[in-house]
Amino acid sequence: MKDKIAEKLLLFIALSAILSLLLITFFIFQQGIPLIFKAGLGNFFALKWAPTRGGFGILSMIVGSLMVTIGALAVGIPFGLAGAIFLAEFSSKTIQKTLKPIIELLAGIPSVVYGFIGIVILVPFIRETFGGPGFSVLAASVILGIMILPTIVSISYDALLAVPNTYREGSYALGATKWQTIVMVLLHAARSGIVAGIILGMGRAIGETMAVIMIAGNALKIPGSILDSVRTLTSTIALELGYAAGDHRAALFACGSILFLIIIVLNIIAIRITSRK
Amino acid sequence: MRHLFLLFVFCILSCARNRGGVIIAGSTSVQPFIEKVAEHFMEENPGIVINVQGGGSTAGIQATLNRTCDIGSSSRNLKPEERGLKVILIALDGIAVILHKSSPIDDLTVEQVRGMFSGKIRSWKDLDGQNKAVIPVTREEGSGTRASFEDMIMGEEDISDACLVQDSNGAVREIIATTPQGVGYISVGLVDDREKAVAIGGVEPSLANLITEKYRFSRPFLLLLREEPTGNAKRFIEYVLSPEGQELLGQSGLIPANQVVVD
Repeated sequence: MKDKIAEKLLLFIALSAILSLLLITFFIFQQGIPLIFKAGLGNFFALKWAPTRGGFGILSMIVGSLMVTIGALAVGIPFGLAGAIFLAEFSSKTIQKTLKPIIELLAGIPSVVYGFIGIVILVPFIRETFGGPGFSVLAASVILGIMILPTIVSISYDALLAVPNTYREGSYALGATKWQTIVMVLLHAARSGIVAGIILGMGRAIGETMAVIMIAGNALKIPGSILDSVRTLTSTIALELGYAAGDHRAALFACGSILFLIIIVLNIIAIRITSRK
Repeated sequence: MRHLFLLFVFCILSCARNRGGVIIAGSTSVQPFIEKVAEHFMEENPGIVINVQGGGSTAGIQATLNRTCDIGSSSRNLKPEERGLKVILIALDGIAVILHKSSPIDDLTVEQVRGMFSGKIRSWKDLDGQNKAVIPVTREEGSGTRASFEDMIMGEEDISDACLVQDSNGAVREIIATTPQGVGYISVGLVDDREKAVAIGGVEPSLANLITEKYRFSRPFLLLLREEPTGNAKRFIEYVLSPEGQELLGQSGLIPANQVVVD
């Protein structure tokens, strides 16, 4: 009897989590989609964003989100992968046990702290060294790259460890060096895990808001170089929601719908890749 | 059992109503100033709770219309379609154009400011001789400060898409304070010594110039009511308009309504 109650209770809790996800999805689309059709697809995927005066073009923000995300990957993948390879293949158990938690700790730092470090250190550095306003694609990419490191490192590390030792031994037996073994055998064998880690990191980068608002400058214009300021979908929603009413508010939900779709697609790809063995 | 439950619900409802609370919602520009007055008011009138919320001028007007707040606040005049509310002017707030402290410029014309924000003036060369890019910082779409700036300075021209965008007076100030080539606009009351407010057309944004309306770039801070106030809401409004309340607003850098001289 007690078991039955516990089972039903757990089922109810599990369902309520799913239900709230469904409600959120429904609410975002219900608020956002009508505006996309009201404004017309052509006007929605256009450049002019002046929602209080009838301009609902979000193209520059989509481009902005993509630029910042690609920049974050350009920073995060080399460092993340190098970190994972070092941890899995070159370091002793003690080093692994110390370094891995430290890297994972990076994920626990609130994003506003990352943004603050960006404003105080990175932005003035970029402004004085490379010119431009400092609030730029570059600054956002570097900070986001650091923010997605823990995701990439820990998932890639687990994937590398999961490669059976016989692969390594076989490779050495054929006369391959350690480096050749890593590049030609291990990275291939662990590929699906590594790609999944990268895609999850990408999801984090594209959804990050606070740090980006603080250091990207948020100019609407599509940046001409990585030293120009940039506006992402998430920062538009966070910047403007406080004041928005009517169609403006609906337009922000429409931004949210687009973002939601992008992230769902990324997650589906990640799940597909990890489940393929 | 059921009666107990009803009693409980009734209790919650009546407690929420009778706590003596006044809810004020609206402009985030007005919010910090009203909070300060509310603090003093609550000290003098223990038992009355004034709850000050943000949301923006538009939200404040809407909330007053549909009675989700007792008093609304707005940092812009009402649009024709928003008429029908009782409007009380509590103070004027000047909008100052600010530059980095190191800038040699002390005075700009309206056209120069407009040019920098519309993207026509891209270099400081024409202004102070330094061959550096102008970095204008504006507020986000929908902000009352931005709307006033567009009305008073930009006229028919649009603020350029190339401007950096920040979502509060404080964030704009922070960028200008640390960026030598920056130009931005914030409430006069919030200018501190890390940046400088320039004169526009030779008129400084000083209190004296604001009171006499020689410095024309100011906007009203309004409280909004759906009908004649009663009870605690009435007492609070009377306090804001009293010499004491007005002096508090003056100390925060606003021009109290009782000092405004209109020609």
